[in-house]
Amino acid sequence: MAIEETNIYDSDRVRSVALEEIRSIVHYKDLIVQLIRRDIVARYKRSVLGVLWTMLNPLGTMIILTIVFSRLFDMRGVYPAYIITGLVAWNFFSQTTQFSLNTTLWGSGLYHKIYMPRTAFIISVAGGGIINIVFALVPMLLIYLVTKVPLHASALLLPVAILVLAMFTLGLSLLLSTAAVFFPDVAEFFPVFISAWMYLTPIIYPEELLMDVLNGWVLKLNPMYHILKVFRLVLYEGVVPSGLEWLLAFLIAAVTLVVGWRVFTNKAKLFGYYA
Amino acid sequence: MPDQNPHDITNNTAVFLKDVNVAYRIPTERIRTIKEYLIKKIRGKVKHQHFYALRDINLSVEQGEIFGIIGRNGAGKSTLLKVVSRVLYPTSGRVWIKGIVSPLLELGAGFHPELTGMENIFLNGTLLGHSRHEIQSKINDIMAFSEIGDFINAPIRTYSSGMVARLGFSVATAWEPDILILDEVLSVGDAAFQKKCSNRMVSLIQGKSTVLLVTHSPALIEELCTKAVLLDHGKIISAGSGKEISQQYVSMLNK
Repeated sequence: MAIEETNIYDSDRVRSVALEEIRSIVHYKDLIVQLIRRDIVARYKRSVLGVLWTMLNPLGTMIILTIVFSRLFDMRGVYPAYIITGLVAWNFFSQTTQFSLNTTLWGSGLYHKIYMPRTAFIISVAGGGIINIVFALVPMLLIYLVTKVPLHASALLLPVAILVLAMFTLGLSLLLSTAAVFFPDVAEFFPVFISAWMYLTPIIYPEELLMDVLNGWVLKLNPMYHILKVFRLVLYEGVVPSGLEWLLAFLIAAVTLVVGWRVFTNKAKLFGYYA
Repeated sequence: MPDQNPHDITNNTAVFLKDVNVAYRIPTERIRTIKEYLIKKIRGKVKHQHFYALRDINLSVEQGEIFGIIGRNGAGKSTLLKVVSRVLYPTSGRVWIKGIVSPLLELGAGFHPELTGMENIFLNGTLLGHSRHEIQSKINDIMAFSEIGDFINAPIRTYSSGMVARLGFSVATAWEPDILILDEVLSVGDAAFQKKCSNRMVSLIQGKSTVLLVTHSPALIEELCTKAVLLDHGKIISAGSGKEISQQYVSMLNK
């Protein structure tokens, strides 16, 4: 009976749990696909409009916000496209972080029954979110068309912008989930925090509005501002972001992801004693 | 010498545990908020008691062995299985495992009620660590064994509990794992299916898999196990052949 050397698990030989987790994720890649499928299929299976809801949802929010805010800001016909672009990105961010948190906390009694890389659940939440973004692009493009906002070649860079957004979101989700296992308050507090965060980020109003607040530091210190900026530049503004803008967004995303991954995997061995 | 004392890992070792401890920290007062934690931490008032669910566990299981673990409720049997199946990371000690561990703990854990039987087979199979391809090649076996028939394309919520258990059992036992973990010998469904279950369990147990069997039943240990350990209060108090251990357990209960 030949068992491959790679099938040996030895707790003494695991040098880095963060790297071990990456190896494990590669082995369990089909699980991630199944989990994404499960979440999407199960969510819409019994609703009449099904997956259409992923498109109707941002459209509805955008229409309400446009009606409410178009009287406050003078942006004329351009405004709906601006809002929906920001909303698509923000919705991904806020839904993924909150869904990850809940998945880690109560999502799965499975953690206590069989081994699987725990990051798989959070990765699959982010993966499902990316698929939702793709669906949400349909109503977004519809708004561009109706309000006559032109799309430029820079829109081809959208996958890169989504990748940067997803890296940041995944990293933060991992950090938050770890914190929530040890301090359940985090799960209660975060929804409040993220709604405050949304109002401090230029999504439903132009960024000029925040330029003067504390010399613009509210914007500069907000990581989501830099990441959303890239997202909106390639789509809405039709401009290829500058090297500095790319670098800043990418650095924020990469650092968050690496830190989040390390913290989560290093603390995961204690999860069984808490949650 | 109460402990089994494995000195080293050989070519035939399947599971090897060295000085494994599992200690739960029980705070003397419950700390629920970050603020409370920080205040107490600064004042040096975060106090814990340690409860050892497992203490100084040393054991080594050979490949192909049927290894029994017996003990009273709360002796640490389930915790030991969790450590071997890597669900629980021990507080200290070394865990060495060769091969794929398949815990047959709860059947159908991870099934989603809205998904069809077929979709759940793939979900459950990948949860057990199998690839899509591996599941595809077993799909006919699983369907035949579970006797689900045309219901395979209906959502699981429309299944009877017996059908769910049959499907769960069929997926979980479709592969012959290197190390099989059994928390009591399972049999589900009606009498006819129970017969099929026990036949399949016997063939798994007698196959090339290494089996870790947890049970309350001394008869089962004596009948099935080549080696066994007796656990009490988180410690291995005795190790030996299935027969010796089952007798010891019976006399311990009669004390």
